[in-house]
Amino acid sequence: MAGDTSKQMDASTLWGGKVSPFSTSYGKLMMWFFLVSDALTFGGLLIAYGFTRHDAQDSWPIGEETFNSMPFLGHGYPLLYVALMTFILIISSVTMVLAVEAGHRMDKKGVVKWMIATIIGGFFFVGSQAWEWSHFIHGSEFGKVELADGAQAIVKGHFGEIKNFTVTEAGFHHKKGDVIKDDLMHEFQHAVVAGKIYNGTITLHDGSKAKIIKEADEHMELIVKKDGLKHKAGDKITDHKLARKLYYDAIYSGEAHTVIYGANLEENEYGPQQYGQFFFFITGFHGFHVFSGVMINIIILLGAISGKYHKRGHYEMVEKTGLYWHFVDLVWVFVFTFFYLV
Amino acid sequence: MERDDVIEYSLDTHHSEEHGKLIRKKIWKVTALLTVITAIEVLLGAYIKQSSDIWQVVKWSFIAMTLLKAGYIVLVFMHLGEEKKTLRYIILVPYFLFMLYLIFIALTEALAVGNALETYGV
Repeated sequence: MAGDTSKQMDASTLWGGKVSPFSTSYGKLMMWFFLVSDALTFGGLLIAYGFTRHDAQDSWPIGEETFNSMPFLGHGYPLLYVALMTFILIISSVTMVLAVEAGHRMDKKGVVKWMIATIIGGFFFVGSQAWEWSHFIHGSEFGKVELADGAQAIVKGHFGEIKNFTVTEAGFHHKKGDVIKDDLMHEFQHAVVAGKIYNGTITLHDGSKAKIIKEADEHMELIVKKDGLKHKAGDKITDHKLARKLYYDAIYSGEAHTVIYGANLEENEYGPQQYGQFFFFITGFHGFHVFSGVMINIIILLGAISGKYHKRGHYEMVEKTGLYWHFVDLVWVFVFTFFYLV
Repeated sequence: MERDDVIEYSLDTHHSEEHGKLIRKKIWKVTALLTVITAIEVLLGAYIKQSSDIWQVVKWSFIAMTLLKAGYIVLVFMHLGEEKKTLRYIILVPYFLFMLYLIFIALTEALAVGNALETYGV
């Protein structure tokens, strides 16, 4: 709340001006100035994202197609996970504002209680983001496939579980007749990228050949993201049999790099290269803000517990960190809209 | 070390027990509102495809809802609504002016770059 401007104060503490022009303390004003400059940074990043997206059009991934997984539940839950993250952050913003309110009543117990709640919310958010990143980096079971005509498509559907590899031709490690049950998916994806897979037979890293025992895929669907000779960006192949044929024709072609799994800074299965870069940079930069916010909140919590602010007569430090914490929530509201929804 | 803070301004933010009750009521109201808006956004995002006819309307309503949420966070949670008018405008006006200009120039350029890519190939 703003103070009374006409209040007379010692001129020397007010830089000789008798009153503070904004009726607010130096610390709070500087926090606002910092937040404005930080908001310009995030604004610039999101506008750069909008620029890149605007000139890429159809090849750009769509939020609900990319982010549709839940921990422990698997696929088929579009946007639910980020919605949960958003909710966690909003709630931790609420507990923060309650801590500030308790501070205004000099209620030390209240401040400590709500600060602890805020810190827990912050850790939950950072943890959720770690899961989100891990999921983004590892990618889906199908990956993005380059079809025979050069078109690139993302694949939807249920990937039949790989039961085992039964060795049919001995290699360096494995003997004929061995049944391999470990690390199947990893080995499978490596073989696909290296082009070492043909019609149900995989060449393992030690040179042995094995038969893939795998359940049937279901409801496969291709969404073309990059033009080829035959398929154009935006095309959808919803017929399971046709989609399956096109997908496995590409994998069995013997060529390397027909499929991209997950994401890194050079390529990703979701869309253009810049998409992955923007994802990592913007959500990473925001996550870094959340992390440092949690650390600052912990420091302030310790100060509140020790009674330092109570002795000072006001809890303005809580208010100032509160400003920063709400700002982090504010940025996420925009990231959520422009990265996941629009 | 002598603090260069003006303690009177920090003390001015104090309020009474009863006033606190009113403030808390407002906080919970805004919380409910933000949650409802987020839920609507997620439902629209999950069920309305970008290829749908009403996508343009949905897209702009996303942006409107985002700005509404941002407004509540800044004005209520960050208490900017209760600061002096001069402080409010000094924070908001330059920011919005600069952002609108940047959005305008970036989208105009993106259109030109997109056309150039379409005409001459990547």
